[in-house]
Amino acid sequence: MRKNFLVSSIKDSLFTGLIALALFGPIVGLRTVAKNEVLVVSPKWFIVLVIVIVCALGRFLTNLYIYNRDQKYGIQSTVGKSITKFLDTKGTQIALSAIIFSVIFPFLPFTDRYLMDIAIMMLTYIMLGWGLNIVIGLAGLLDLGYVAFYAVGAYSYALFAIHFGWSFWICLPIAGIFAAMFGVLLGFPVLRLRGDYLAIVTLAFGEMIRILLLNWYQLTKGPDGLTGIPRPSFFGLPFKSFPEEGEQTFHTFFGLEYSPMQRIIFLYYLILVLALITNLFTIKIRRLPIGRAWEALREDEIACKSLGVNPRNTKLTAFAIGAMFGGFAGSFFATRQAFISPESFTFIESAIIVAIVVLGGMGSQTGVVLATVFLIGLIEVFRDFESYRMIAFGGAMVLIMIFRPRGILATRKPTITLHKKEVIK
Amino acid sequence: MLLISKVETFYGNIQALRGVDVKVNSGEIVTLIGSNGAGKSTLLMTISGVNKASTGEILFDDQHIENLPPHEIVNLGISQVPEGRRIFSRLSVEDNLRLGASAYDKGKNFDTDVKDVYDLFPVLKDRLNQRGGTLSGGEQQMLAIGRAMMARPKMLLLDEPSLGIAPKLVNQIFIAIKNINKQKKVTIFLVEQNAKKALELADRGYVLVNGNVTLEGTGQDLLKNKDIQAAYLEGGGKK
Repeated sequence: MRKNFLVSSIKDSLFTGLIALALFGPIVGLRTVAKNEVLVVSPKWFIVLVIVIVCALGRFLTNLYIYNRDQKYGIQSTVGKSITKFLDTKGTQIALSAIIFSVIFPFLPFTDRYLMDIAIMMLTYIMLGWGLNIVIGLAGLLDLGYVAFYAVGAYSYALFAIHFGWSFWICLPIAGIFAAMFGVLLGFPVLRLRGDYLAIVTLAFGEMIRILLLNWYQLTKGPDGLTGIPRPSFFGLPFKSFPEEGEQTFHTFFGLEYSPMQRIIFLYYLILVLALITNLFTIKIRRLPIGRAWEALREDEIACKSLGVNPRNTKLTAFAIGAMFGGFAGSFFATRQAFISPESFTFIESAIIVAIVVLGGMGSQTGVVLATVFLIGLIEVFRDFESYRMIAFGGAMVLIMIFRPRGILATRKPTITLHKKEVIK
Repeated sequence: MLLISKVETFYGNIQALRGVDVKVNSGEIVTLIGSNGAGKSTLLMTISGVNKASTGEILFDDQHIENLPPHEIVNLGISQVPEGRRIFSRLSVEDNLRLGASAYDKGKNFDTDVKDVYDLFPVLKDRLNQRGGTLSGGEQQMLAIGRAMMARPKMLLLDEPSLGIAPKLVNQIFIAIKNINKQKKVTIFLVEQNAKKALELADRGYVLVNGNVTLEGTGQDLLKNKDIQAAYLEGGGKK
């Protein structure tokens, strides 16, 4: 058995090398260079060879040490088990300390403008991840067009704020309602679809919204985007360096020196609160009949029907509520950027959000946070090495898929526990 | 209570039911026996509305239900225990039971109703926090029946409750079905391949062959019937 395994894994890694050759040969190996105003191919076979060897060797090592069934507890299970166990026993403390950390974060000595911006971006993605988790994690509907609702929220906020001059706090719920309506709009035609087919239609829906925004010039200003979106005010007190005559601003009201950081910090707390509301909502709704129906629908649609769960309404509410949180995040995005254009809502955004949810472990709220910190953080860390960012991003996904194929936190806690706490295995 | 007349159901071009007439009176246990592919499960799915009848009528308490969606049929008082149990394996046992109750009253009477389920199947009480998928086959069947009972049905449709379950547990489940009928006054419509057990339990029975009802009678009469003994009961065919 042992020998067979060795032979088969060598075969397997040689095959991987072949695939790598077929892939990287043309992509990396054949490079066109302009020489004397003529395009010539300058082959880079050495780099291809290195890549192929790395791939084959990597495959061989993973075969030996990770997929090896002879080892009773491979790296895969030990790493996973320790993470899961740690979070099971210390889950509440970790969540609490994370919240406390995020609350005091703006006032820590090392926090600067750059870190705040990253933190705000991460929180936006966390909120989007939590919102999408309702659709994917709870209701089990793979939505690849989630960015559409983000866009609808952003544009409806921007349009209402620009044309009617309404404040952030009025436009926010309106944007949420609009996004939810679009969620229902998407939900209706896909009621009968499942799995791959659903994913394709949602993907197309996301693109449709983007193309609509791009071409409906009268309303959205197309590729020019919308500029001059009003900034949020602190309950009526604007953040301005030079207030007009008789106008109260945030820093005059509180008797502070004006600093541009004040608005950043306010935005940070805004998205933190919005994200926490999303999380709290999801935690609570899982214990209500509708949340339970979502999870049941994910498990078995026929059983749901025979129990009297209405699958149509259940799916539509999942789409609508997931979309609503996407819309909230979108309006936050619009007010933070003060400028939006369809370019911010491309498919890659949807893909990142789905990646966050899936890599985090579908349905796990903490997993979403970990995956966001990991993925977005990684992109940021590699910002200085622009050309290597995507390699790092892809590498991170490959590593997660090798070590935690069902997501960072694949096991979920039971929705409710009665009597005493027992760990469900 | 339930009157099915001339019901035909298709899967695409394939006709599964060819004009079925079945009548279930209030308080009865009626069983439907038949071989694989005879259309037994299709008939149950047609009653509960998951499959739609293309022609024919289904009356429940004198009300037409053949065109109602499944969730409205459940609200009228027909609960189904689907074939192969179909419990929600990644949800806890308690969540499974709560889902059964949600159709009836959004779970307001959960605490009282769940006690009745514990009386029927005490083992579920110990398993409350376990995931549904970790139960044994027999326990899953108990959970499926308990889940259906949470909707306070007037009539329970059972699809092969003995399928893939240890013989000892099969007896327990049949006793429970009898109790549900006698104590809770729930009418039972039972589909079974285990013809002997089903006919012993039932007041009346129907035999379904290729989508047609070929025989009907009291449970005892059908048990004594030579054709049935030959076709469905063990040993009968050898003589």
